[in-house]
Amino acid sequence: MTAALALTDLRKTYDNGFTALKGINLSVQQGDFYALLGANGAGKSTTIGIVSSLVNKTSGTVSIFGYDLDTQRELAKAQIGLVPQEFNFNVFEPVGEILINQGGYYGIERTIATDRAEKLLKQLGLWEKRKEQARTLSGGMKRRLMIARALVHEPRLLILDDPTAGVDIEIRRSMWEFLTDLNESGITIILTTHYLEEAESLCRNIGIIDQGQLIENTSMKSLLSRLDTETYVFDLVEPIDQIQEMGACHFELRDPTTLEVSYHKQDFSLNQIFAFLNQQGLQVASMRNKTNRLEQLFIDLVEGNKA
Amino acid sequence: MNAQQKWTAYYTILIREVLRFSRIWIQTILPPVITTALYFIIFGNLIGPAIGEMHGFTYMEFIVPGLIMMAVITNSYANVVSSFYGSKFQGNIAEMLVSPVPNWIILAGFVSGGIARGMAVGAAVTMVSLIFSKLYIEHLFVMFTIGLLTSTLFSLAGLINGVYAKSFDDISIVPTFVLTPLTYLGGVFYSISMLPEIWQKISLLNPVLYMVNGFRYGVLGIADIPIWISYLIILGFIALLASFSMYLLNRGIGTRS
Repeated sequence: MTAALALTDLRKTYDNGFTALKGINLSVQQGDFYALLGANGAGKSTTIGIVSSLVNKTSGTVSIFGYDLDTQRELAKAQIGLVPQEFNFNVFEPVGEILINQGGYYGIERTIATDRAEKLLKQLGLWEKRKEQARTLSGGMKRRLMIARALVHEPRLLILDDPTAGVDIEIRRSMWEFLTDLNESGITIILTTHYLEEAESLCRNIGIIDQGQLIENTSMKSLLSRLDTETYVFDLVEPIDQIQEMGACHFELRDPTTLEVSYHKQDFSLNQIFAFLNQQGLQVASMRNKTNRLEQLFIDLVEGNKA
Repeated sequence: MNAQQKWTAYYTILIREVLRFSRIWIQTILPPVITTALYFIIFGNLIGPAIGEMHGFTYMEFIVPGLIMMAVITNSYANVVSSFYGSKFQGNIAEMLVSPVPNWIILAGFVSGGIARGMAVGAAVTMVSLIFSKLYIEHLFVMFTIGLLTSTLFSLAGLINGVYAKSFDDISIVPTFVLTPLTYLGGVFYSISMLPEIWQKISLLNPVLYMVNGFRYGVLGIADIPIWISYLIILGFIALLASFSMYLLNRGIGTRS
């Protein structure tokens, strides 16, 4: 099957001499929900900029659903919907017009674009605001407007550059649901985000860019399986003063009702730990991961690349 | 994109541009009308009778075509430079750049928006001139085509300024220090036959002179320059600026990093 996005030896050196990309090779399959992660300045936005034609590449090739961005530019561009990091609509234009105009740039007739705009604005909870200038929208509404605008021409590949930045948790969750539904409907999604929890819960595959290079490109499951240490925090029902050790499993009492447990996955299982706690007469009210697992891996990989 | 889709894209940009300047008509249409009315009152009504006839017309009648052209030139330019730079400043130029719309349609859309405002203001100023003077139309085709072509030329110039502009200062420098002097010295208020010979020759280097005289020929049937030279100069500049604009858009200068 043709890849939704294929980058071959993509390089970019800016006029000031800064090399942002040092030969990126990447293939994102059709229907994938792909996370592209990297620290600030790693090269994510440059990569997205090149794919969406906002940045001129120095060399390499970009293919979108088999259409070469250099030689089949119009066809390639028609496949993409872009949700950039910064708000970049005309804040003085009414919300509905922003969507209808965007459809127009893709050659979609006004009547059809109007119908699609209505559907998207209703789906994203913006229909009541359709006649208001975009500057009157809240931050969360502006984010949703950008998503609606990117979808009005029904792209096959949706690229979202940190789409939930500055959005409250409730709206973020509803956006996750919306994006999951989109992906399930067949749209390939590439997501960059600073919320690694977002990438972990939404994406099937992941690429990590560091210093202009793709240092990881694998499935989320495979990446997370590499994390050999787990740390859980248990909230105890009854307070305790101390706890016995259990071999190489490390217990740390944060406060009388909060117990932190760290262990190597190959040495222990959660069942063994629960059995041990039962033996000690301890009851667990709730538990959670101490840190985001992907965050830990991300830091390890980027640190490893620097070393 | 097929021809129908390209037409839709062009039409979208044009409608967007027309709506933009129409929504803020108090800033875009009204000021040039008031300014030109003041010119008519001061130069035409108050000072004009002291100057006497120019080529067989009253001074008021003589300056009407020049003032209409001045309004067309400044407003065509201002519309495109402010709209294009505004799109860059807010980032919404990206809406077009990520889409499959070809650069020549982006150019045509912005330029058509400039023409729409230039012609709208030109028409409004012409209406105002009827309060002060009789309007002659000696050569309707010449009057219309010179107005349209001049508007096209300055819309293109506005786009180039918008491409290079990096701040709001940059979009006012050219109109203030280049466009206004060229327009005022382009024969709006006088015939170059009134100037000493050396200044007549220097005036011929001013492209605005050919536009004002071409338009005056269409309205009054008189001109300091043969009409075919006016057409030649205007069309030559249009070809030059359109080619340069396409080069800038294709290379992504000022729009892509």
